[in-house]
Amino acid sequence: MMNKSILSAFAAGLIFGLGLLVSGMANPEKVLAFLDLFGNWDPSLALVMVGAIGVGLPFFYIAKGRDVTVLGKQIQMPSRRDIDRPLVVGSLMFGVGWGLAGFCPGPAVVATGAGEIKAIVFTVAMLAGMGLFALISRPEAAKAAS
Amino acid sequence: MTIDWTAFTPWSALAGGAMIGLASALLLLLNGRIAGISGILGGLISRTPGETGWRAAFTIGLLIGPTLWALFNVLPAIRIEAGYPMLIAAGLLVGLGTRYGSGCTSGHGVCGLSRLSPRSLAATLIFMAGGFATVFVVRHLLGV
Repeated sequence: MMNKSILSAFAAGLIFGLGLLVSGMANPEKVLAFLDLFGNWDPSLALVMVGAIGVGLPFFYIAKGRDVTVLGKQIQMPSRRDIDRPLVVGSLMFGVGWGLAGFCPGPAVVATGAGEIKAIVFTVAMLAGMGLFALISRPEAAKAAS
Repeated sequence: MTIDWTAFTPWSALAGGAMIGLASALLLLLNGRIAGISGILGGLISRTPGETGWRAAFTIGLLIGPTLWALFNVLPAIRIEAGYPMLIAAGLLVGLGTRYGSGCTSGHGVCGLSRLSPRSLAATLIFMAGGFATVFVVRHLLGV
């Protein structure tokens, strides 16, 4: 069972990554052309969301009615519905970073896999930002590190 | 606003999106987990016991995608205009912001909207607005 769940996660990551390449999401030039709403706007990437949610919706609906997966794993569906300060501030920070470089986390990892030096630099900085969050959100860890 | 019809690629965007939706559905229905890339990477960093295996496997899948593609076809263009200081600042903002806001384009955008979460809808609208506003400021006010 262990190996099956590792294999399925690998397959999901692979299909996800290929989807990012096919869609154009892995190309920051294309992402910035989509985010340039007030310039010469390329609306293509709005259709990535349409395609992803169109396929995702029925499967997420099925998953909502189940407790365990086909492989016997617990289905962990986020349950929070509140819109709090961290959600707003964090999402805004992410949006600004996304608009500066044209990379969000998935495409950054895929472009890293393609061997792009600039993508590797972005990804290392992104992982550092995530590490920083882990330190800040766990006071005892921050104390130990200082 | 003018629409750049010469750059418009609706079919590849839809097809790639469908693959992303399928991958998210697979991870949910087989592993029971949300395909939020920032959450998966963040969990790898904080090394939650018993959670490393599937997270690493998913990430390796993402990393191997381009190599597998290159075996059969020429890789699509990946053009990165930003300079190194900008990339580092942007990376830090994306890393910190996605963890603080508990998700990114995949976790909140694809998976959150697929399960009709109001919290994810709010996050998606906010980071989209942040992206639109940043590109507006950088390209049209600062003229970089």
